[in-house]
Amino acid sequence: MTTVFDTLHEFLVSLLGSGTLSLIATTLVYAAIPLLFIILYGLVAILGEMKISAWLQDRLGPMRTGPVGLLQPIADIMKLMQKEDTTPRAADKWLYRLAPWMVFAGSYAVFAALPFSAIYIGARLNTGIFYIISIGSLVVVSILLAGWGSNNKYSMIGAMRSVAQIISYEVPVALAILTVVVVAGSMDLQSITNMQSGGIENWFLFGGPKHLAGFGGTMNVILIPVMFVAFAIYFVGSLAETNRVPFDVPEAESELVGGYHTEYSGMKFALFFLAEYASMFSVGAVATVLFLGGWQSPLGDTLNGPAMGFVWFILKGLSFVFVQIWIRWTLPRLRVDQVMYVCWKVLIPFGLAAVAAASVIAVALYS
Amino acid sequence: MSQHSIIERLRGKFGDAIGAWREMAEGSEYQRRMGSYLEILAPQSLLDICFFLRDESELQFDSLLLISSVDNADSTLSVVYHIESTILGNHLAFKVTLPADDAHLPSVTSVWAHANWHEREAWDMMGVHFDGHPDHRRILLDEDWPGHPLRKDFKEPAFYHGMKVPY
Amino acid sequence: MPEILERRTIKHSTLATTTHVHAPEEVERGRLRTEEMVLNMGPQHPSTHGVLRLEVVLDGEIVVDVIPHIGYLHRCFEKHAEALTYPQIIPYVDRMDYISAMSGEHGYVTAVERMMNVEVPEKVEYIRVLFAELQRIASHLIAIGTYGLDAGAFTPFLYCLRDRESILEMFEKTCGARFLYNYMWVGGLSHDLHPDVLGMCRAFVKVNRETHTEVNNLLTFNHIFVERTANIGILDPLVAVNCGASGPMLRGCGVKWDIRKNDPYSIYDRFDFDVAVGSNDLGTLGDAFNRHWVRMLEWEQSLNIIEQILEQYPRNDMTDVQSAIPRRLKAPAGEIYSRTETPRGELGYYIVSRGDVKPWRVKVRSPAFSNLSILPLISRGYLIADLVVILGSIDIVLGEVDR
Repeated sequence: MTTVFDTLHEFLVSLLGSGTLSLIATTLVYAAIPLLFIILYGLVAILGEMKISAWLQDRLGPMRTGPVGLLQPIADIMKLMQKEDTTPRAADKWLYRLAPWMVFAGSYAVFAALPFSAIYIGARLNTGIFYIISIGSLVVVSILLAGWGSNNKYSMIGAMRSVAQIISYEVPVALAILTVVVVAGSMDLQSITNMQSGGIENWFLFGGPKHLAGFGGTMNVILIPVMFVAFAIYFVGSLAETNRVPFDVPEAESELVGGYHTEYSGMKFALFFLAEYASMFSVGAVATVLFLGGWQSPLGDTLNGPAMGFVWFILKGLSFVFVQIWIRWTLPRLRVDQVMYVCWKVLIPFGLAAVAAASVIAVALYS
Repeated sequence: MSQHSIIERLRGKFGDAIGAWREMAEGSEYQRRMGSYLEILAPQSLLDICFFLRDESELQFDSLLLISSVDNADSTLSVVYHIESTILGNHLAFKVTLPADDAHLPSVTSVWAHANWHEREAWDMMGVHFDGHPDHRRILLDEDWPGHPLRKDFKEPAFYHGMKVPY
Repeated sequence: MPEILERRTIKHSTLATTTHVHAPEEVERGRLRTEEMVLNMGPQHPSTHGVLRLEVVLDGEIVVDVIPHIGYLHRCFEKHAEALTYPQIIPYVDRMDYISAMSGEHGYVTAVERMMNVEVPEKVEYIRVLFAELQRIASHLIAIGTYGLDAGAFTPFLYCLRDRESILEMFEKTCGARFLYNYMWVGGLSHDLHPDVLGMCRAFVKVNRETHTEVNNLLTFNHIFVERTANIGILDPLVAVNCGASGPMLRGCGVKWDIRKNDPYSIYDRFDFDVAVGSNDLGTLGDAFNRHWVRMLEWEQSLNIIEQILEQYPRNDMTDVQSAIPRRLKAPAGEIYSRTETPRGELGYYIVSRGDVKPWRVKVRSPAFSNLSILPLISRGYLIADLVVILGSIDIVLGEVDR
């Protein structure tokens, strides 16, 4: 199959000749594709958040900028770009400036391993999911930098909460991911997706690939409850990892003003904002790959293929974003200790049970 | 127990410390009930009277409604206490009159915790000093504001920290 | 470590007189030595409900002590009042408790009328009680909505504001103002009830009952909300009475005390309603959840009162609402303490008159002021997230705290 990378490389070779130059150019352009996606998606998501929240709350949302307020996100970006970029005098300047870039780099790097389609994946790693978990943790470091560097008490409390929360929730998220990985027998996201071909019944959420299983796939029913538990754990954990309601204690507006980004303004704040939206999509994308068939069509071979792969993948990812927005505007926020309670006393025991059950079943069905 | 019998109880217990019962002659029934007050002549025994009012089983004035300070413009200040019994439903007001230049009263915070902020306000606004108050600071105005604004002879300063005060 | 942190001492740098009962100190826990931290919440902070400054002494995230600093909105109403005639004071009363200006006016005109012994026409009393109860609902809507905001739930707030809007429309139709009305005058009203308002009111009651259920489902019985608010900021009933709590704060502790019942004013004795008190069903008696719960119940009771007013309202009464207004407003020499039940609690006016057109002294017993003074008592030992929720449950309006 000709991948996007191949096509791009051929095109640039025809322009620059087949040297190192064209390879470097290809890599750069290829790496810019997710960036472009994040920015475009960011605009859509900002507008979506405004309009969905307005819809949930019986109001219209932005209506003045462009037709029915469609240009509002662009106006917002323009505003953020024009804003004064302040640095508190008492701040640790280097850490303060580094933090927003690091947080964005962490969120952006996740996109490198996401299989958008059969023909497009930034880097096909055989440890793709492992890479995503690890690189996602970069966010923790950068939030701590932001909180410490701002030299503000609210930022510091927010950063400490955030670090405690994200590190804790990585455990149940990893367990949920592990549940799929033991059944799939692979950490390569592209091959996990390939396994789930052939329609909705082969998705891991609904029992996993039947054509690969023993007993003609009839016994895969027992995998369904395990996968639902794992999926629920992953979803709750991912909300916590992206600091979304009801786990938004690190930036709890009513308590900590803005949490770790209290002191940030202008483009530095925009980077935090964009990083949050990017991670919202990427956790949804990982859930899509692991549980919902990735870029595979739910209808089997109908509407399937490399081009439709992009559509399905982005659609599934965006529906996750929608649910996250929906939850954000519905639920109150948990308290710090309750957040920890949910993680250590609810999600992790269930996660361990799910991994254990999945391991036994995987041995029975797929060995 | 009517207001009159409450006063008789107080007279029997504290004698000369209790002054006249100033009853509203005219006005509505409500004003006769809520506008009459008892004069207390001995500020030093105020705390004992308050404890008695709160703890005596026939009185049980468990709630202090407010402490108001009044400048009588004859170089005296009055401090009025409105108290109520949420159990027996009685209401009583008593007034202590003090010289304006040396206004000292015992704090009743130990009797009714509600007095805390009201006494601070009376100090802030009227300059009544409450001895034994746990946190005797100004409450609404700045610490270094000159004078006590609710006194009738208060003149605002021309400048406060370089800012022009009268507009 | 940033340089400036090292130079900063943990001692207060304010004036000597503002050094507080609990200055931060170093705490030894076994071999671990920690320092308490002072966090200044406000005067600009999303959840201090105005310009309130809380000096919070923290041990990690645990609140060791809270010292409220008020006075940022102080306009010295009491000094103003001494320079104004009795009717001129009414607009100033509006600006004290600006969330429920109608209730404040009701309290003030009741006090002056009691002092001057003015008989008010029956129709005027009905309109006053109708508007006072509508204002109570409007105020509770804000209180409940912003309480949701404090807990992190944004949507109920907008549902509440949507219904408050219809109340404000009724006020606007009648007196032209939406927020600060100057509507209730001593002995009467500034305008007669607009003929549309009774119909609007009937429609509103119907819609508002649905909103009540909706807010209950979305917020009150939301598991996360109950977890956040129940069993924190517990106030003992005896302490509450001793500290001067009133309104939902007192009733949340289970004390059945409502001025409308215990010391009736206006025509409240004609209506059948219950005094809502807290319970032990969800959470503990006297906790933050029960204060919210009492507000929800009072909202329902106010709707009941409004329905009764709509039935009893003298439609054919053509009395001029200004007929009983005294030509010369001059209170007889004397004094009075008059009180009414506003959404926040017992609003009392202590007025001393020397027989002049102006009062000699006006002192306000503001419910929010008294309720706020209890905050340090009920928030020690909880987390900083709880502090915000406890503060929200008190439902303060800084205009009234500072006056």
